[in-house]
Amino acid sequence: MAVDVNHSVVKSADHGTMLEYSTEDGALKILGFWFFLAQDMILFACLFATYLILHNRTAGGPSAMQLFDVPGFAAETFILLTSSFTYGIATFQMRNNRLKSMLIWMGITVLLGLSFVSLELKEFITYVLQGATISRSAFLSAFFTLVGTHGLHVTLGIFWMISVMIQLVKRGLTPVTARKAFIVGLYWHFLDVIWVFIFTVVYLTGVMK
Amino acid sequence: MTDKDQTIVTSGGHGRFPWSHVIGYIFSLVLTLVALLMVTNHVASGGMLLFVILLLATIQIFIQLFFFMHITEKHGPAYHIITLAVALFFTFAIIAGSLWIMTFTQVSS
Repeated sequence: MAVDVNHSVVKSADHGTMLEYSTEDGALKILGFWFFLAQDMILFACLFATYLILHNRTAGGPSAMQLFDVPGFAAETFILLTSSFTYGIATFQMRNNRLKSMLIWMGITVLLGLSFVSLELKEFITYVLQGATISRSAFLSAFFTLVGTHGLHVTLGIFWMISVMIQLVKRGLTPVTARKAFIVGLYWHFLDVIWVFIFTVVYLTGVMK
Repeated sequence: MTDKDQTIVTSGGHGRFPWSHVIGYIFSLVLTLVALLMVTNHVASGGMLLFVILLLATIQIFIQLFFFMHITEKHGPAYHIITLAVALFFTFAIIAGSLWIMTFTQVSS
């Protein structure tokens, strides 16, 4: 039950077969997911706008400069960048019909995602223990909402990825499982894009003198 | 997996090693490191530094889109590019508009 011969095989010069685009249904769902990403981008735009307006309103509480720890957020950034790359390899292996290797790279991505979320949780706990809670100041409300929303997205992505891995193990590479795996990948790379901006706009400007 | 599929796989030339992903990854690491080091070493003043790190982030977005998200792939018309362009316009309108309108409250308060 690997490749259904009734489906047209879509080929790409770089990546071999593209099962995920091989049915009209699959191609439409991928397009639909781009629409979702577009609206999710607008959600983050609102949170970024709020943060940019409120980032100096610390109400006598701790400021970004006092809180942010460069090695900490740099580690989170490199972990997430690497996980985007490892999922890229998983997609590459999928398109070369190497299911086992694909699952290994997806597994590595899940582990990197988990370490990212644990580092972020550790960061949040450190802040809260210093009295920098979400209700302390407008700056902290905006910070926790923006970074926390991204963290929730990543957490959801981890569970989603694991469930797609289970389906891949059970059903193998079919136009349906390939489409699902490709869409989780789009979601994961999108989260990396959002993080690059959190890294730049929140963390780097936060520690800039 | 039939043998026929295997031949399609290798005919692409790039099927054995994911070069484009490795290049994209190296680019993203370098861009992130440059931005980080520029800020930690205070190589420029506020406005200029902000402009440069935002530029680096924007370049990095395009690397994700082209190297990892396969943005050039489509099935029929490229509706996803149009959607992304509209969302980018909204993103700009929301952020720039909010910042602009809030400059008025700072004057009056």
